[in-house]
Amino acid sequence: MIGICAYGGYVPRHRLNRMAIFGAMGWMNPVLIVHATGEKAVANFDEDSITLATAAGINCMEGFERERLDGVYFASTTAPFRERQNSVIMAGALCAREDVRTADFAGSLRSGTSALLSAIEAVGFNGGGPVLVSAADCRLGKSASVQEMYFGDAGASVLVGSENVIAEFKGSCSLAEDFVDHVRGSNSRFDRQWEERWIRDLGYNKFIPEAVQRLCQKFEMTPQDFEKIVYPCYMPSARRQIVKMLEIDPAVEQDGLQTVVGDTGSAQPLLMLGMALEEAEPGDKLLVIGYGNGCDALYFEVTEEIKKLKHRKRVSRSLAARQELDNYQKMLVWRDMIPADIGARGEEDLMMRWSLEWRHHNAVLGLQGSKCEVCGEQQFPPQLICANSECGAIDQRTPVNLSLGGGKIFTYTSDLLAASVNPPSFYGSIEFDGGGRAMMDFTDCTQEELVVGKRVKFTFRIQRYDSRRDLPIYFWKAIPIEEEVF
Amino acid sequence: MGSGIRDKVVILGMGCSKFGERFDIGSDELLLEAFQECLNDAGIEKKDLQAAWLGSALDEINIGKSATRVAGTLHLPNIPVTRVENFCASGTEAFRGACYGVASGVYEIAIAMGVEKLKDTGYAGLPNSPAFGQKYVLTCPNISAPGMFAQLATAYSMKYGIPMERVKEAITHVSWKSHQNGAKNPKAHLRKAVSKEQIAGSPSIAYPLGLFDCCGVSDGCAMAVVTTPEVFKKLKPNQDAVKVKALQIAASSGEEEFTNRWDGCTIKSASIASQRAYDEAGIKDPRKEISMMEVHDCFSITELVTMEDLHISARGQAIDDVLNGFFDLDGGGIPCQVDGGLKCFGHPIGASGLRMLYEMYSQLLRRHPEDRLVKDARIGLTHNMGGFPNHNLVSVAIVGLD
Repeated sequence: MIGICAYGGYVPRHRLNRMAIFGAMGWMNPVLIVHATGEKAVANFDEDSITLATAAGINCMEGFERERLDGVYFASTTAPFRERQNSVIMAGALCAREDVRTADFAGSLRSGTSALLSAIEAVGFNGGGPVLVSAADCRLGKSASVQEMYFGDAGASVLVGSENVIAEFKGSCSLAEDFVDHVRGSNSRFDRQWEERWIRDLGYNKFIPEAVQRLCQKFEMTPQDFEKIVYPCYMPSARRQIVKMLEIDPAVEQDGLQTVVGDTGSAQPLLMLGMALEEAEPGDKLLVIGYGNGCDALYFEVTEEIKKLKHRKRVSRSLAARQELDNYQKMLVWRDMIPADIGARGEEDLMMRWSLEWRHHNAVLGLQGSKCEVCGEQQFPPQLICANSECGAIDQRTPVNLSLGGGKIFTYTSDLLAASVNPPSFYGSIEFDGGGRAMMDFTDCTQEELVVGKRVKFTFRIQRYDSRRDLPIYFWKAIPIEEEVF
Repeated sequence: MGSGIRDKVVILGMGCSKFGERFDIGSDELLLEAFQECLNDAGIEKKDLQAAWLGSALDEINIGKSATRVAGTLHLPNIPVTRVENFCASGTEAFRGACYGVASGVYEIAIAMGVEKLKDTGYAGLPNSPAFGQKYVLTCPNISAPGMFAQLATAYSMKYGIPMERVKEAITHVSWKSHQNGAKNPKAHLRKAVSKEQIAGSPSIAYPLGLFDCCGVSDGCAMAVVTTPEVFKKLKPNQDAVKVKALQIAASSGEEEFTNRWDGCTIKSASIASQRAYDEAGIKDPRKEISMMEVHDCFSITELVTMEDLHISARGQAIDDVLNGFFDLDGGGIPCQVDGGLKCFGHPIGASGLRMLYEMYSQLLRRHPEDRLVKDARIGLTHNMGGFPNHNLVSVAIVGLD
């Protein structure tokens, strides 16, 4: 049996009330008021689609050994790199094996489900170990655009395998159509879309019912046979029409998260699937549709195994961990949409030395430290000679992936001098579980949340952005947490 | 073990430029200011110099690498000139080089110079540079010097269970006292006495440090000519000899940064360097025997914990000593930062160690007006700290009269 073994999601902590956008930009485009309901998830200043996908992947892999992964697939239309494989970075952050299969899926909002289908095929063909599929997007709409209103940022993951399958893959069908509702050239930062009525009437309302019908035909089913139908579509009127056309109970339609997250592009069908699986019962039939330049329709049947999966509320827990983004301008600065002066200190050039980075890439991507084979102490970054003065063992160490555990705060500060697009800069000394210390940035917190002795978990983030060369540089940061997660 | 430096070298003369935001002049003019004063004081000519050491730290916005440009500026007569860099101890490091040159018997007269032109950085604070190496950049958070030192306060408050308000009260006194002293010093960068309310209410820089908890970032230059006791006696038979009693440096082993052994609020290398210096100088009870100190108060909290690291205040007791006025000029204890310290005299990195020695030397020779003089000063201690609390180096120098 091949199918889904686990699911996970990551919705960034910051949520922007859409009325804040309207308040700032409604003067330019009063029609925006139509979209100004609820809130959208906004990636923090140090997040992008790689870090969102990694966070979702970590969430999905809770309870599973990452060493067993045979594949790590990344899907996005906002991959930070055109050359330098994005999925390899993610695999490194997940501490996957070196001989893992990695691949990037791109070019369409359907890339999330395309990656999922490829993972299913890979597991089916190789009959082997699990493949993690992580999709994320951080799409940009221009200021005062409709897209700025309805886009949201998030990551979602699915673990595909042949053991402990919680939702068996029964089959799929796809549609490929060069229907240009959205388009971005290779040098465009901002989404461009065609008239919304056309997108609704000849896009969503045509292709999604068609994909459902084709799949139903293939398996001699009707739309009413499914307990849940998952499809992305940000337009409430289009969703009402689709429910009508499919002649299904509105409760069968999985909520589109539009008022709490927004349209997260490649991640959307997987994020919604995660929400559906949180509630699913054995025997439930699920239909999942990826939409963008056609459709992917995937049919799953939930198994008894789902009862054994620990911590079912994976996506909704991330959804609940929210903090209101207090102003719209912050989002513009974080996304580099308005030139903000962070001071000349922030202009000093720190070019990444790639040959140096390569020598230390396990420490950088995987937060890998060393454990002394003589005295047993952990240290980060890895030490050639044990830093314990009573030991001092030379070159006797084993690697230890510190990102798998947590730590606690030893000292902290809140720094207004260090250049940042999100001042103040929070950082301090943390103690790793099992020993060893490191000076690390704190993120996703307020100063009040920094308390000596408080637990932290680690998160893969953009350490700094090299604006001269348009390169995000990644490393780990610490997030203070109230209690042990999982 | 060697026999140490004690009484083997005498300061023949010193010079120190005015410190401050010297936007109108560069390193060349700063060097000239100190050089002229130094040679005049020593009573020698340029041709009498046999070797030179120069300390400067931020070469990228200062004089560049090596000291060839400085040798060219002063047109030194083809003598060996060596640039040394050891973060904030660079000036003391230059002094150590010159002293060891003389003590070894290789030279009879050597000069130690320190210069730093920081106010060409273009923004406040020290320039952002990969000062700890490119490897450190890979995993380093978005730090600044105040933020790294501010964490001493977090740890101190935690370790001793002292509320942050009480720590703030003490470090406010530290800065207040330095402003009192700096106000009297014509060469100091910041020459205004300020109230404790102003200090405590200053804008936050890095929690819990405010603007007045941070030292000035300044341009400046200081120098010392050193010689043997024999040559000194010949050249200056009527002047008290300010002798070098101890010169010590200790660098972190990495244990504080990488292991769980460190308490976060003691500077281990300062504790070690100062004990070695006391041993070298033959000092048994520093709290009784040291007359005055110039310590590395890059931040007020640094000075506070340094009082304990130097074995002057007992562990956890520095706050009481500070608030009791033990380190004030007229407090009846050990006056500290009598020239205003880094806080007010200013902190041109490479010059600071020599500037501190300049103050000790001037005090010992009673060259200051009465209101600035330390009574019965016989032994002066200087202390520099480079790097960050969790990984650093500390220099301790002791000079004095017989």
